[in-house]
Amino acid sequence: MRKLLYLLPLAAFVGLAGYFAVALLSDRDPHELPSALIDKPAPAFDLPSLLGGANVTSAGLQGQVVVVNFFASWCVPCRLEHPVLMRLANQEKVAMIGIAYKDKPEAAKKQLDDSGNPYRSVGLDLSGRTGIDFGVYGVPETYVIDKTGRIRRKFVGPLSPEAVERELLPLLHRLSQP
Amino acid sequence: MIRVLLVLLLLAPGLARAVEPGERLADPALEARARDISRSLRCLVCQNESIDESNADLARDIRVLLRERLVAGDTDVAARQFLVDRYGDFVLLKPPLEGATLLLWFGPVLVLLVGGVAVGLYLRRRPVAPPPPLTAAERARVAQLLKEPEA
Amino acid sequence: MITETGHFALILALFVALVQSSVPMLGAARRNPGWMDVGRSAALTQFLLIAVAMGALMHAYIVSDFSVINVIENSHSAKPLLYKISGVWGNHEGSMLLWVFMLGLCGAAVAAFGANLPPALRARVLAVQGMIGVGFLLFILFTSNPFLRALPPPPDGHGLNPVLQDPGLAFHPPFLYLGYVGFSVAFSFAVAALIEGRVDAAWARWVRPWSLASWCTLTIGIAMGSWWAYYTLGWGGWWFWDPVENASLMPWIVGTALIHSSIVVEKRDTLKSWTVLLAIITFSLSLVGTFLVRSGVLTSVHAFATDPARGAFILVLLVLAIGGSLTLYAVRAPVLKGGGLFAPISREGALVLNNLLLACGAATVFIGTLYPLFLDAVGGPKISVGFPFFNQTFVPLMVPLLLAVGPGSLLAWKRGDLLGALQRLWAAFGLAILVVLGGFYVTHGGPVLAVLGLGLAAWTFGGAATELAERLRLFRIPAADSLRRAFHLPRAAWGMTFAHMGLAITVAGIAASAFDSETIEVVKPGGEIQLAGYTLHLDGVERGDGPNYMYDDASITISRNGSTVAVVHPQRRFFPLQQQTTAVTAIRTNLLADLYVAIGDPNPAGGWTIRAYYKPLVPWIWLGAVIMAFGGLVSLSDRRWRVGIAARARAAMPQPAPGA
Repeated sequence: MRKLLYLLPLAAFVGLAGYFAVALLSDRDPHELPSALIDKPAPAFDLPSLLGGANVTSAGLQGQVVVVNFFASWCVPCRLEHPVLMRLANQEKVAMIGIAYKDKPEAAKKQLDDSGNPYRSVGLDLSGRTGIDFGVYGVPETYVIDKTGRIRRKFVGPLSPEAVERELLPLLHRLSQP
Repeated sequence: MIRVLLVLLLLAPGLARAVEPGERLADPALEARARDISRSLRCLVCQNESIDESNADLARDIRVLLRERLVAGDTDVAARQFLVDRYGDFVLLKPPLEGATLLLWFGPVLVLLVGGVAVGLYLRRRPVAPPPPLTAAERARVAQLLKEPEA
Repeated sequence: MITETGHFALILALFVALVQSSVPMLGAARRNPGWMDVGRSAALTQFLLIAVAMGALMHAYIVSDFSVINVIENSHSAKPLLYKISGVWGNHEGSMLLWVFMLGLCGAAVAAFGANLPPALRARVLAVQGMIGVGFLLFILFTSNPFLRALPPPPDGHGLNPVLQDPGLAFHPPFLYLGYVGFSVAFSFAVAALIEGRVDAAWARWVRPWSLASWCTLTIGIAMGSWWAYYTLGWGGWWFWDPVENASLMPWIVGTALIHSSIVVEKRDTLKSWTVLLAIITFSLSLVGTFLVRSGVLTSVHAFATDPARGAFILVLLVLAIGGSLTLYAVRAPVLKGGGLFAPISREGALVLNNLLLACGAATVFIGTLYPLFLDAVGGPKISVGFPFFNQTFVPLMVPLLLAVGPGSLLAWKRGDLLGALQRLWAAFGLAILVVLGGFYVTHGGPVLAVLGLGLAAWTFGGAATELAERLRLFRIPAADSLRRAFHLPRAAWGMTFAHMGLAITVAGIAASAFDSETIEVVKPGGEIQLAGYTLHLDGVERGDGPNYMYDDASITISRNGSTVAVVHPQRRFFPLQQQTTAVTAIRTNLLADLYVAIGDPNPAGGWTIRAYYKPLVPWIWLGAVIMAFGGLVSLSDRRWRVGIAARARAAMPQPAPGA
């Protein structure tokens, strides 16, 4: 009995080491935060359009599966993500709404003119409030909204081609089933 | 500490540090409440730093938003909940007491209890057996030591 | 060429460490004096080789050798010399080299100053040091080699992060690492004692100076880091309960417990297996801290290295070092005989209470630091554990500890008289009451807990002073006799008094941070702001060029009641290379309070954001830490630690406890 007591520190450490190993080997990114809004209705927004015309609103998205992408011309990782978005828009015909997060309209416009526009419409979130409503804490962030207007998935950081193949496209496919 | 400094200082390009004069509310009571709440909210892109202390852009936006909510008549609880709804419990520097955090909040108490009981048992111990009698060699050495004057 | 020499020296050091870890250990087992003696020369050689490697890297930095990748990534030719040198450890690879340099230093110190140790014990201690060295040298050479070359060399480097271009970088990491790594000696002593199956008063005397020295440097290291944050951040924060800070606090807390429990082993020959465990845990926590900081498992946005290979390597080292030593502990610790009995109310009892509370405090910090990671790993929600958690859990644990410092140190060994000890503390009690009443009066009933905290500090201080007065029989015998007693008092006793007083001073500084006042205003040149009875007048802001930055220098005249107190010059600096701005704060202190001024961004209308803070007693936080470390040093100079021969002869015989 007394001898078991001396085993206690070792046992505690074995537990700790196992847990470190799990934390280390899982490919999870410690910086990634799951959205608090998963399966909740997407926040309402009504933003001026970057490309002119009617405002970009949440009401206008009802009844379809959309991908909402927060981006900014000042954001370097967004440039990394841009070709992936272009492919999604052109080949997969995904409905994408861009939200220019705390960006100068001219800069955002120039960026899209220069490198191509993957978005159906682009809203201007000048104050960053819509970003906060979505729980954005950095750009780029990407949200998938289903037909009923609920947020189903959030991607933090630039979308990688792998994430698109493995997660985004299958999810969109599933959500598009009637 | 180096890394803390890096995190604290490098996330924002400007030097906008913590609360800026322009953000403050005219009503001192309301401003005091805002300061209190923002001290309890985590700057999401920083380490363990509150939005009140942070120079990050997002922290500034949330400070301003928080003040707007208070001016609009939100209670402290409602204003905090507004952010929890958007960012989850992660935004609270003080984790709420719930199922998942029971072990966190009561862990230290548990450690103290177990340690206290262990110490109590240890202090109550009695000598199991009297110390073994000295061997002949030891007795001889004691006798010799007693004979020698103190060096 | 010099770089290759350094690289080669590091590889040689690995081989020497391999020899150091095996030959003396075998020699001790076979009682072969020649083999045992290899440990000393190997430890000295290993240190020399690592010093060569360190020197080579430093040389590459000083001459800006941009064919070395590490120099490219972390240096720039226009950087001032001081930051070229300190920049050596401002990155992952270089700081790991500093780490093994300190480890080599500790091993060499044991070899050089361990003449009074029994040869077998010394051989085993050095062998264990060698094993740790092997692990970390392998780690550096395989995952974090600072000597790798780049061809062709670029014209200039990326520069060092401006935040790190501060004298703080020159001193904070070396002290911190020496503290962390210094506890490896206590660890090695513990492992060696477990192998020998013997822990006695002599063992405690040999370990104690090493743990004391590490504790002193760790105290200074942590305090310096905290002070660095304080003067750089622009609003005067000095502790954030950040995982990286907690990683340094945990070994400090357990190390504090260790230096207290080893007193009991030395004086009373009991608490042996517990003390051995503490020695193992203290260094283990240093290793765990290294793992947490460098593996990227924590939610730290800017942790040093986030390379999973490095994390996996350190985890393997952890398992070998901690797992191995704890296995040895499980097998061998039951062999250690428990010694002298004592009543719960006694000096030993008080030290046990101290250990209980400190261990719980360390466990609390541990839980708070790792719980978010734990929840995440089991798929729970994401949470943050910030200062409110630690204020509500750690601080309450420290209150009884502080309450017990005075009475505990007045209790006699074996069986004490608590009531008598409390009666002798009447003056300390009076002082605490006075401070509390005075605190309430000055702050108009201000923050209650902070005022009570000040009272607690006064009680602790008074307790330490009372203990000293008792030893000197102050006011009970003629002053000259007291003075003579003061000269003859063991240095260790003085050390304790200083350390406890330093603790009280730090606690007062921490408690008083609730009394800060602040002003944040946009001020145009010629404008004024008011703060805590002072007037701050912005005379003007000048622009100029530093060695590798541009600056805006504000001249602010501080006056009180119309008379000028000081002119201070806070700056904001812009580093064009990194496109970053840093703040240089201006701090005016009179040791009772700091006046802290920083300037922020210019306002389009021609004003500047000025933040000014009045922080009563804040310098005491670091002053107290310095006094604590000084106490440790004084205790370290006690001749008891050096008279090894006599101690060994006496230790060979069962002996009654020497009186305190």
